[in-house]
Amino acid sequence: MIEFSLWDIVRNLLLAARWTVVLSLVSFIGGALVGTLLLFMRIGRRRVLRLFAKYYVELFQGTPLLMQLFLAFFGLGLFGIDVPAWLAAGVALILWSAAFLTEIWRGCVEAIAKGQWEASSSLGMGYVQQMRYVILPQALKIAIPPTVGFSVQVIKGTALTSIIGFVELSKAGTVVTNATFQPFMVYGLVALIYFALCWPLSKSSQVLERKLNVAHRNH
Amino acid sequence: MFDYAWLAQYWPVLLKGILVTVQLIAVGAVAGTALGIACAWVRSLGPKWLRPPVTAYVELIRNTPFLIQLFFIFFGLPSLGLQMSELQAANLAMIINLGAYSCEIIRAGIQAAPRGQFEAGASLAMTPFETFRHIILVPSLQRIWPALCSQVIIVMLGSSVVSQIAAEDLTFAANFIQSRTFRAFEAYFVSTAIYLVLAILLRQVLIAAGSFIFPRRSGR
Amino acid sequence: MSLIEITEVRKSFGANEVLKGINIDVDPGEVIAIIGKSGSGKSTLLRCINGLELIDDGSISVAGAQLLPDELHLKALRLKVGMIFQQFNLFPHLTAGGNVMLSQMVVKKTPKAAAEAMAHKMLERVGLGHKYDAFPDELSGGQQQRVAIARALAMQPIALLCDEITSALDPELVAEVLGVVRELASEGMTLLMVTHEMKFARDVCSRVVFMHQGRVHEIGKPEEVFADPKTPELKQFLGVH
Ligand SMILES: Nc1ncnc2c1ncn2[C@@H]1O[C@H](COP(=O)(O)OP(=O)(O)O)[C@@H](O)[C@H]1O
Ligand SMILES: [Mg+2]
Repeated sequence: MIEFSLWDIVRNLLLAARWTVVLSLVSFIGGALVGTLLLFMRIGRRRVLRLFAKYYVELFQGTPLLMQLFLAFFGLGLFGIDVPAWLAAGVALILWSAAFLTEIWRGCVEAIAKGQWEASSSLGMGYVQQMRYVILPQALKIAIPPTVGFSVQVIKGTALTSIIGFVELSKAGTVVTNATFQPFMVYGLVALIYFALCWPLSKSSQVLERKLNVAHRNH
Repeated sequence: MFDYAWLAQYWPVLLKGILVTVQLIAVGAVAGTALGIACAWVRSLGPKWLRPPVTAYVELIRNTPFLIQLFFIFFGLPSLGLQMSELQAANLAMIINLGAYSCEIIRAGIQAAPRGQFEAGASLAMTPFETFRHIILVPSLQRIWPALCSQVIIVMLGSSVVSQIAAEDLTFAANFIQSRTFRAFEAYFVSTAIYLVLAILLRQVLIAAGSFIFPRRSGR
Repeated sequence: MSLIEITEVRKSFGANEVLKGINIDVDPGEVIAIIGKSGSGKSTLLRCINGLELIDDGSISVAGAQLLPDELHLKALRLKVGMIFQQFNLFPHLTAGGNVMLSQMVVKKTPKAAAEAMAHKMLERVGLGHKYDAFPDELSGGQQQRVAIARALAMQPIALLCDEITSALDPELVAEVLGVVRELASEGMTLLMVTHEMKFARDVCSRVVFMHQGRVHEIGKPEEVFADPKTPELKQFLGVH
């Protein structure tokens, strides 16, 4: 048996953690793009699109991410392509993130007081102008803390892609454990690396939230 | 292209998986919320020396994936002499996970309690703990019940990864079926649909439980 | 001997000294009205007497027992002295009866049946026997405040502290609460009340304390204080020239 030093273990985990970061970024950015599209459907005027976005969100929030990963993996396979794990992982995580971001942002738009709608329409603005100049700028501001907070969920969500065979931090943890027979230490280290990635985001989300609350109270 | 004939033979496997998932979330929800209440009490009103370890627990759990928590418990703890069955590990992981999330949710509810409620308790000679237990707790839980329900559902859906330590839940059943029938997409499609139904039912159950525990509408 | 002895009590919030050496002795059965401008420290004084705020200096004793800031002494004090708040502070998840029963059962370990009987009796006493099963949000402000009084009375205190207990009420509901207090006074309950109801203070109270900038500025029988204020501050407060 090959001996692994602590540094060997950490180095292998950190190398794999790069893929966790890459996948998180891709999922978050992709999810934000799709989510923006869904948001406009969700708060738009076309009933069909509103309902589509609504059920989309309910479907993705009402089923396990792991199942979505499996379905992406085997579903894409039905088209006869040999699906690499990274593709299924990316697709599923983007669609999943989009659902959550849509819902978060919808809450922010709806949190803008009714008075703002009334005031802007009394100024003769149309729906698009109201959105563009009055509602969205305000919604954007209050959307930042929960959006940053959700990025933590995305990072943690990427751990599940190890199950369909994508090699990132969690998968590396399992591989290294199997080679070293030190699950306590290896999974402990894996947890610490995730923590190092997630905690700063959690904290900034909280800080931003608090700042926003203070700003609102001072109005 | 799709073939669901296997359902006739394998539905008992699915049913058994459903029962395990239901059992997991039932135990997890009750014990996890209880743990969350205890931690929320510590973090908002409890002894100062207990706060740092509880805060560390909450932050650690909220900032690491459930899958890793599960692996740590199931594969890591035995090296400390803590041997567990798959199901026990899954239960424990869910309790610990929900405990941390519900702690923060419940704490927000406690912080929203009017100061006068604490003072009324004190002026009636109740200790801070008695005041918490009898006066603050129930209205605080009522305030955050919707958020708590959502978190329980998130944990239920998250429980699908316990199949990775071979706890025989619904996802495990789906894995088993697809390995026997090679109808992977169909097996996961059916179990996804079941999860969706479970999530909808669970929400109904939790809402009903809420109106049973909190017969009064307003919780100020 | 006085029932409540307040001696040289000082209390600061940060750099803001709110009570600057308060001396008041209250005899059993006395009804004391505390009047004064907003911010003069009236609430803080009552809250100190109930141990909701800790005093920085001086002493407070009730029925011979010193007020000390540990849980045991505080509990003993609060069993003797009840408090009624401006905002009622009823427990929203309990019925009127439940509100009155709770602390008896939790603090005094009174058996449920006895606590229930006491709750009925006390609610009867404030004229709300028929509202036993009502929740706070089903009661008017005046009724809520009367439940709060019943709740305090159920602990069988020897004195009650009332902090502007009618200030949050609609004018037409003030009388029903003051009626209950008047009743208590006539039954010999010791009362310390912060109030803006001058007529009530004149009719019911044995003494009036005028607080100004954290001090007892004037104290005396209502007929003296109201008819013949000595200091310009009290004159201004009462609007006499
Ligand atoms: N918890 C507190 N923290 C800081 N300052 C306080 C607090 N409570 C009261 N004060 C201050 O003490 C002063 C007296 O307040 P209070 O006793 O409520 O006056 P009153 O009841 O006579 O209107 C005020 O200046 C108020 O701002
Ligand atoms: Mg006051």
